[in-house]
Amino acid sequence: MAAIYSLFIINKSGGLIFYKDYGSAGRMDTNDSLRLASLWHSMHAISQQLSPTTGCAGIELLQAHTFDLHCFQSLTGTKFFVVCEPGTLHMEALLKVIYELYTDYVLKNPFYEMEMPIRCELFDLNLSQEQKPNP
Amino acid sequence: MISVGKIKQYANVLEKPVSRGRQEVSLSAFAFLFSELVQYNQTQVDNIAELERRLEDAGYAVGARVLELLCHREKGNRRETRLLGILPFVHSTVWKVLFGKAADSLEKGTEHEDEYMISEKELLVNRFISIPKDMGAFNCGAFVAGIVKGVLDNAGFPAVVTAHFVPMEGQQRPRTTILIKFAEELSNKIYRLSQKTFDFSSFVPEPVV
Repeated sequence: MAAIYSLFIINKSGGLIFYKDYGSAGRMDTNDSLRLASLWHSMHAISQQLSPTTGCAGIELLQAHTFDLHCFQSLTGTKFFVVCEPGTLHMEALLKVIYELYTDYVLKNPFYEMEMPIRCELFDLNLSQEQKPNP
Repeated sequence: MISVGKIKQYANVLEKPVSRGRQEVSLSAFAFLFSELVQYNQTQVDNIAELERRLEDAGYAVGARVLELLCHREKGNRRETRLLGILPFVHSTVWKVLFGKAADSLEKGTEHEDEYMISEKELLVNRFISIPKDMGAFNCGAFVAGIVKGVLDNAGFPAVVTAHFVPMEGQQRPRTTILIKFAEELSNKIYRLSQKTFDFSSFVPEPVV
């Protein structure tokens, strides 16, 4: 079964606010994950400029030999992207579900400051419950 | 033929019927509003105890009004005067109107005579809230404790009401208990009213001068 390697959430200025890895394959230390997040943020922005068609919203899928990267950008500029095994299905739907969990357990939490790293117990709890069906 | 409904205009706002209104409110809208209430109060206070008190005060105002409204709507302008009547009223009627369902359980405290507990697996107000570790035992359910206090105080049963997290084995999230401790002056009233019959021989009438 295809599996997810890691999940990133970046705020509208490109800073990493949430990182979770699900397997030894995708594991990286804090500094690397921060670098990767800002790298992706820049690439996403540049791709919008490079696109030959007008009205491009940025990269949604990046496919490589060893991984796929699916990205979802909300209307406010918060980006959710997941690095997974090549050929994993239903990642778009998963990203939408994660976005819903974010709006519920992070944005409605009075103790969460906007654009800061996410430290919400309920968000982690529900996220891991979401992941359980995936091996 | 199309008939046009006419909305009856009331000259005086006091003559308008106290309608049931919309039964449903968006949970997200309430959650955002409550979140903003907590955030606003956080900016006004220095410590957690103050914050809890402020949330309780906000709830108290709600409780006072809810009591009046529900006595009129649900109970036909009759208010509970017995302790054993007001507690189920809070546990079922008030909870149903505010949160959509009756509270999970109502228990009598074992240690003290005048302590009662309303328990809920998860309070509606706490549904989306994760308390950060450095806030210790703070519970946004203090708002609900304030509502209960408002109802009880205005019904003539002064009490100290607090909200606590009670960890349960086998469950990841702790249950919430609203602890109601009735004031000292009520203990006599509780004892007397809980008896089925009055014993008038125990009354010593004051001489009328």
